[in-house]
Amino acid sequence: MLSYIARRLIAMPFLLLGVITVAFLLTHFTTADPLTSIIGERQMNNPAVVAAARERWGLDRSLPEQYVVYLKNLLSGDFGTSFRTRQPVAQDLLVRLPATLELVIAAMIIGTLFGIALGVIAARFQNRAPDNLARLVALFGSSIPVFWLGLVVLFIFSVQLGWLPGPGRIDSRMPAPPFVTGFYTIDTLLDGNWAAFRSVLAQMILPACVLGWTVTGIVSRMVRASMLDVLSQEYILAARAKGAGELRILLHHALRNAMLPTLTILGFSFAYLITGAILTETIFAWPGIGSYAVAAARGLDHPAIIGVTIVGGMAFLISNLVTDITYALVDPRVKIGARAAQ
Amino acid sequence: MREPLLEVRDLKVAFRSHGRAEFQAVCGINLDVERGQMHAVVGESGSGKSVTMLAIMGLLSPSARVSGSVRLEGEELIGKPERAMRRIRGARIGYIFQDPMSALNPLLTIGDQIAEAIRLHDRKITRRSAQERAVELLRLVAIPMAEQRALQYPHEFSGGMRQRVVIAMSMANEPSLLIADEPTTALDVTIQAQIMELLERLRAEKGVGIVLVTHDLGVVAGAASAVTIMYAGRVVEQGSVDEVFAWPRHPYTRGLLGSLPHPGRPKPRLDAIPGAPPPITMRPSGCAFHPRCAFAVERCLTEIPPLRSVGPSLSACHRAEELPPLTSAMEAANADR
Repeated sequence: MLSYIARRLIAMPFLLLGVITVAFLLTHFTTADPLTSIIGERQMNNPAVVAAARERWGLDRSLPEQYVVYLKNLLSGDFGTSFRTRQPVAQDLLVRLPATLELVIAAMIIGTLFGIALGVIAARFQNRAPDNLARLVALFGSSIPVFWLGLVVLFIFSVQLGWLPGPGRIDSRMPAPPFVTGFYTIDTLLDGNWAAFRSVLAQMILPACVLGWTVTGIVSRMVRASMLDVLSQEYILAARAKGAGELRILLHHALRNAMLPTLTILGFSFAYLITGAILTETIFAWPGIGSYAVAAARGLDHPAIIGVTIVGGMAFLISNLVTDITYALVDPRVKIGARAAQ
Repeated sequence: MREPLLEVRDLKVAFRSHGRAEFQAVCGINLDVERGQMHAVVGESGSGKSVTMLAIMGLLSPSARVSGSVRLEGEELIGKPERAMRRIRGARIGYIFQDPMSALNPLLTIGDQIAEAIRLHDRKITRRSAQERAVELLRLVAIPMAEQRALQYPHEFSGGMRQRVVIAMSMANEPSLLIADEPTTALDVTIQAQIMELLERLRAEKGVGIVLVTHDLGVVAGAASAVTIMYAGRVVEQGSVDEVFAWPRHPYTRGLLGSLPHPGRPKPRLDAIPGAPPPITMRPSGCAFHPRCAFAVERCLTEIPPLRSVGPSLSACHRAEELPPLTSAMEAANADR
């Protein structure tokens, strides 16, 4: 098991190199000249300014040269400097990644809990009222556009009812907590500021629920399908023949087995949301990776685009690894680390 | 007279299907099992054997309508509330499944699954003593290195060993009745004999009554003392194994005996019963066996033959008394016993 994890970790840089290379090449083959966004369109007619900017940003060198320089810098944690914010991309990401992670983790917790509960109930009452209700919830979750849902819940719960705060990570009258981890929930606690902590939690409820609903949709359908499959297995009948009650059958015997295929979906959803929460982040003024990516793409901000791509690739690699490890922990039949299987 | 361990009277099971008429899977069967007796229930697939067993356990889906009477040690089980049935399942009736490959939960250790059977019926027992008891049960079914094996998962066991585990699990609470639903069908022939030996030992040592569901008459001959032959949801012949094998009084039983192979006796081909058992939705009129029966007459097409005493056993054939003497194949079957 440990050697398996070690091997996967060793393979990771090579996979990342692939991600970086593809991102680097694709960005450079876009026809638009990033100089336009660096010096502005008007200055493009001024050869002196153009030449100076080219030299300043290293764009005068050949592509392979740029690639080697980029990789070299990357090794020391330097993601380059953003054309747009004129700040190191690494620093931008470091501030924005925790914001996204915090939101996505909250959304995943909500989505997973509700998804599992709905899936189990739907399977238990197959083709009856609770199943139909769960189907409706899942359908809404996956078909209502997030930008619409986000606006509606903001209007209802924030504007009309006033139960929850509007967009933002923290009450706009409060200062941001001192940066330690970048997770506002943790940083406010470390700061000992309870009022700020409560505000942070309250701010998170709406965006996390909106984002979590999409996860609920996928997870509940997946859990329902695999629960139905598992419930028809003979070991379920065997458990009943032992005298096990309904709840024990569902949770102890069936759900465990049904969770196996669901783990894959969970891992995939998590990685996807890291870069895929753009709409939610935009509507709730959440300064995360998604909104950064949009701004970077719009501004032809090559270093930022590649930086975001690397983060997204990392998210997939890590969540795949975690999924595989979880599989091995839950299912005794999976023997990872054994080369014999190959 | 002492009451039998299990007394099934006029058990009927019907299934509803959407929009269509109900169909009768089991059409009123009687079955008695004494303590310490092995009673074989024989029939082809679809004859209603397994449905009958699940009905006894109260494990049929809600779409099944069950009527009649099932008495366990004098206690009526049909119509008993689910909670009360749960205290009987696994405690007073043990159930052994056909396919040991799928009857065990792949994510739980063998020890945990046996201990669960104990703990479900004994809330006070500690986790530890339940585990110890599980190891004892593994020893009872002759699993070597029981202590280590208890910590392993089903996929680490062979088919025969898994069936031993399933049997250990069914014996966890020393039930008075064991229902074995084709316990050897999924296993290799050599393993089959071992499993049958184990069941026979449990019957003799623990005095447990066993209902052995099978479609293999060879297994019945060696192990059971009473036999019930089922066809299309009805009992067609019932009696002691000795009587039924010596003089089968139903053409279907004769057909089953005639289709047994006999090593050492060269025979060009086996006397297979022509045709196949009817699907549950299209049962023939009268005697359900008449389309495949060599002895069928006009009456068999219209009138359902009742189960009645014919000699020392019971037969549901209009022409039970007129059946010709045994064929050589059947004599051969008896000679092998």
